[in-house]
Amino acid sequence: MSDGLSGYNFAYLDEQTKRMIRRALLKAVAIPGYQVPFAGREMPLPYGWGTGGIQVTAAVIAPGDVLKVIDQGADDTTNAVSIRRFFSRTAGVATTTRTADATLIQTRHRIPERPLTEAQIIVYQVPIPEPLRWMEPRESETKKMHALLEYGVMQVKLYEDIAHLGRITTSYDYPVRVNGHYIMSPSPIPRFDNPKMNQMAALQLFGAGREKRIYAVPPYTRVESLDFDDYPFEIQRWDQHCALCGASDSYLDEMVTDDHGGRLFICSDTDYCGERRAAGHRGDTDLPANPAPRTAP
Amino acid sequence: MTADIDALRPGFENPAPDANAVFRTVLTGFSYPGRILALPIAIAAPPRLNATAAAVLLALADLDAPVWLTADVDTAPLRSWLQFHCGCPLTALREEAVFAVANPDAFGAVDGLAEFAPGRAESPETSTTVIVQVADLRADGAVRLSGPGIAAPRSLAAPPLSPAFWAVLRDNHARFPQGIDVILAAPDRMVCLPRTTLTEG
Repeated sequence: MSDGLSGYNFAYLDEQTKRMIRRALLKAVAIPGYQVPFAGREMPLPYGWGTGGIQVTAAVIAPGDVLKVIDQGADDTTNAVSIRRFFSRTAGVATTTRTADATLIQTRHRIPERPLTEAQIIVYQVPIPEPLRWMEPRESETKKMHALLEYGVMQVKLYEDIAHLGRITTSYDYPVRVNGHYIMSPSPIPRFDNPKMNQMAALQLFGAGREKRIYAVPPYTRVESLDFDDYPFEIQRWDQHCALCGASDSYLDEMVTDDHGGRLFICSDTDYCGERRAAGHRGDTDLPANPAPRTAP
Repeated sequence: MTADIDALRPGFENPAPDANAVFRTVLTGFSYPGRILALPIAIAAPPRLNATAAAVLLALADLDAPVWLTADVDTAPLRSWLQFHCGCPLTALREEAVFAVANPDAFGAVDGLAEFAPGRAESPETSTTVIVQVADLRADGAVRLSGPGIAAPRSLAAPPLSPAFWAVLRDNHARFPQGIDVILAAPDRMVCLPRTTLTEG
């Protein structure tokens, strides 16, 4: 911890807090998809900024880990930068923006496009861990519903989408069933990312700071997105390719480029896009350094 | 009870990194059940505990995690060691234990394994993690493991555990989401078996 802050324990949390979180994590891995309550601590940043994910990361991170933090796929947004800096200062660990180099990845709302390996752990930041919360506000009831696998309301919610709109319109935080048992919120990742959770080689950990819940999906575990036989689960698709790297297999963000209705679609995963461009892939659009000057009418 | 300080064995040499290294090994163990993992640190174990069992308790037991000890290992020096380093309550009731240390009996079974806390239907995490001390762990045994975390079925030998032990663990698996989780602790290595792992043979 040469360049770290003095006066703090390694990775900010005290050892007793880490043991409490670690015991919760081990039970979470042993009961895939079940939300384990934990005594979440106040963290030096507000709820909604990844306090759950940070506590999980702090309990797991080792001095030799290489940490990557992404926010909606990007390594360079405020949330990602500040969390990366938090751990480089309090734990003195190496950080990276490259998915391939990371051993620990904390994420807000995306799974990297590059498949994760057994040598990696991914930590999700979770705002609302309870997938049944919008149908049943009482925690005492949702606990019973999970215990009894009373999941009819979730199917009804998806069915109502089909009845009203002709298709399931849930595009993020799309509910999944883990190992054929519990229904789980995958956190607000786009449903495009749901298939990546199934049989993933890496351990997946989830931390919800405000709601004080930890849950997990062990590696090589079945994760199915809920659907119907006649309305099978589908991921989002785009007509466009990434304007920068030409990728047709990644999750694309829509960027408004001017006030004439100009727009671009580019990879949400900045590392994936950068790697492809470094390898010589190019998109259809020659992105100008600056928007073209507006001509007077 | 006052601890005899002179007789106390030391705990972790570097508490934060040592506890982290042991925890990460256990986390990897529960993530990839059946994988034989080396104990990552050296430790002077107290009497009747092997180094792996001692390290797991040092890393994870504290005042919120009551520990149950089988009669074989329940000695005054060990009680002093646990209370000094972990500050954990010691319980005589299996169903109260967060962690338990058990030894196989002369028949290779673990007496009373089914009496540890299985957790409740609405809170299955309130179950006991049982540390079973074994002589050795090898990947060439007759026991077949499958379930989450196991890409291709694994084999395991854990002498002196006998089929009677594995039969109890199979019943435990059938109770999912309730059930105990098991850490098989050989002197220098461990295998973790969460309740999701199906054991056959």
